[in-house]
Amino acid sequence: MLRYVARRTLYMLLALFVIISVTFFISKALPGTPFADDKLTPQIRKQLYEKYGLDEPILVQYEKYMLNVAQGDLGNSFYFESRPVSQMILQRLPVSMFIGVQAVIFGLVIGMVLGIVAALRHNTLWDTLAVVVAVLGVSVPSFVLGPILQYWLGLKLGWFPIAFFESWIYSVLPSLALSVFVISTVARFIRTEMLEVMGQDYITLAKAKGLSGLAVILKHVLRNALIPLVTVMAPLTIYLITGSLVVEQIFAVPGIGEQFVQSIVVNDYSMILGTTIFFSVLFILALLIQDIMYGIIDPRIRISGAKE
Amino acid sequence: MAMNNDNILEVRDLRISFGTYAGEVQAVRGVSFDLRRRETLAIVGESGSGKSVTAKSLMRLLPEANTIFKGGEAIFDGRDLLKLSEKQMQRVRGPKIAMVFQDPMTSLDPTMKVGNQISESLRKHLGMSRAKARERSVELLKLVGIPNAEERVKQYPHQFSGGMRQRVVIAIALACEPQILIADEPTTALDVTIQAQILDLLRELQEKIGTSVILITHDLGVVASVADRIAVMYAGKIVEMGTVRETFYDPQMPYTWGLLASIPLPTADRSQDLIPIPGSPPDMSDPPKGCPFTARCPYAMRVCPTEFPEYTTFSAEHKAACWLHHPMAPNVEPPARVGGTR
Repeated sequence: MLRYVARRTLYMLLALFVIISVTFFISKALPGTPFADDKLTPQIRKQLYEKYGLDEPILVQYEKYMLNVAQGDLGNSFYFESRPVSQMILQRLPVSMFIGVQAVIFGLVIGMVLGIVAALRHNTLWDTLAVVVAVLGVSVPSFVLGPILQYWLGLKLGWFPIAFFESWIYSVLPSLALSVFVISTVARFIRTEMLEVMGQDYITLAKAKGLSGLAVILKHVLRNALIPLVTVMAPLTIYLITGSLVVEQIFAVPGIGEQFVQSIVVNDYSMILGTTIFFSVLFILALLIQDIMYGIIDPRIRISGAKE
Repeated sequence: MAMNNDNILEVRDLRISFGTYAGEVQAVRGVSFDLRRRETLAIVGESGSGKSVTAKSLMRLLPEANTIFKGGEAIFDGRDLLKLSEKQMQRVRGPKIAMVFQDPMTSLDPTMKVGNQISESLRKHLGMSRAKARERSVELLKLVGIPNAEERVKQYPHQFSGGMRQRVVIAIALACEPQILIADEPTTALDVTIQAQILDLLRELQEKIGTSVILITHDLGVVASVADRIAVMYAGKIVEMGTVRETFYDPQMPYTWGLLASIPLPTADRSQDLIPIPGSPPDMSDPPKGCPFTARCPYAMRVCPTEFPEYTTFSAEHKAACWLHHPMAPNVEPPARVGGTR
């Protein structure tokens, strides 16, 4: 196990190195500069370039940046009054996390209910309905769904504010917009797993013991159907990251995603790179945790499925 | 119908079909038999003969969605099992009628300790406390011959071998000392050496608890060693029924002859090949009108495909459905290899 984690850590660092390098050169290739303001005279602009080292050859800039990152320094923002990038990310983190975690909770609860109903009422109208909701949830992009929620639940019904983030009630719509994908994924997953488990011999045996239908579902079916759910946790994390870019923009939520989009618009190189690194680490960690979970769960599944 | 006091279960004219996209598949087409107290009745037949469906229907464990009960009754304890509500059925499954399944590798819940899997029915049906049920689970594991039972109750199914798992499944089935145990091919998935152990165990426990056993199998070797009576099923019907002795030594129906001729005998001349039954069973979505074995029967006559024969009775226990026993039929001797078992 330790060797496995060590090897994985090495691969993770390698992946990070590639990601940072690629992002570095791509962001530099973006048209425009962080100091494009018309009011700046060419002289001041030149001074700013020198101050931030942008006048040096790109490979020298690359080397300097990588050395700083290796020491854990993400540098200062070019655009926002030279504040440290790491500080800006951490400051925005709680809001993004709150909305993300809440979306996962919404998604798990609603998704599980949908999935369970679909599996128990297999091949009925309920099942079809749940599948339709699930397919819509995966296929409707959040930039379409967001405005629909704003219009319908926000403007028409007036239940929730449609933008900004001042209290909990403001978090409902963005979380909901983010959670639809989670709902769909979880619902489809639970449905498939439950149908699979319900056909297993040990469920017939549980029924043959005279257990009630509910006891069979709760004690045997759900338990077995839920375990493989860990396998979708990594893809969901990715989705929450990419989804937050769009959703935070639509609902004007002051989170990391919104800040990331702004930093691209204004060519804030260190901010772009810093956020990319942050997201990548998050993503890579999610994959690592998932793989470790596999490692814990898999031997048992493999052994129990094996023939003598 | 008044129930014979020796019988614990009376099945009459059981008919079960399955709805499929290809149409209605008639799996069981009028099966009648009695199960006596403390006896072992073997239901023998090849895959698709309806033997498992018959057994599962008594437990009402067939998939609700596509099973069609066409008729018949199964009287147990003065009640028709086929007419009980799901709630009433839950009180029958486990304490009254229990079941052992074919594949021990898949019959146990992989996420639950075996002790808890045994305790479940004890707590539900006998109202035992958690501690009492745990104690009893250990006793049951000892009873089915699992060494180190105190430790083993805390383990998960994957920590058991196939034979040991089947012992656990048997422990679960016998937990509430049921009156009827249905064993659906209980040894098919096991190694030959383990098969014998499991059969011995079943027989021993049957004597101890006094259960009646319905043994579903396609293995006549298994039948010979444990059963009291045999019902031979073919294409959803019982074609011959009798005591083990009668069925093995004096079979009266060409399908039974075929089955017996295809058993390898340790005493037989090695140069003598096993004789398979040519052809395959009929399509049950469109079963033949007459005797279903006609197409594969070397003795088939013109009457055979037209109508299913009446049962001819040979003794108190022995009967068979075959046109060869009609007074007008020619006299046919069973093949030599079957005769050799006489």
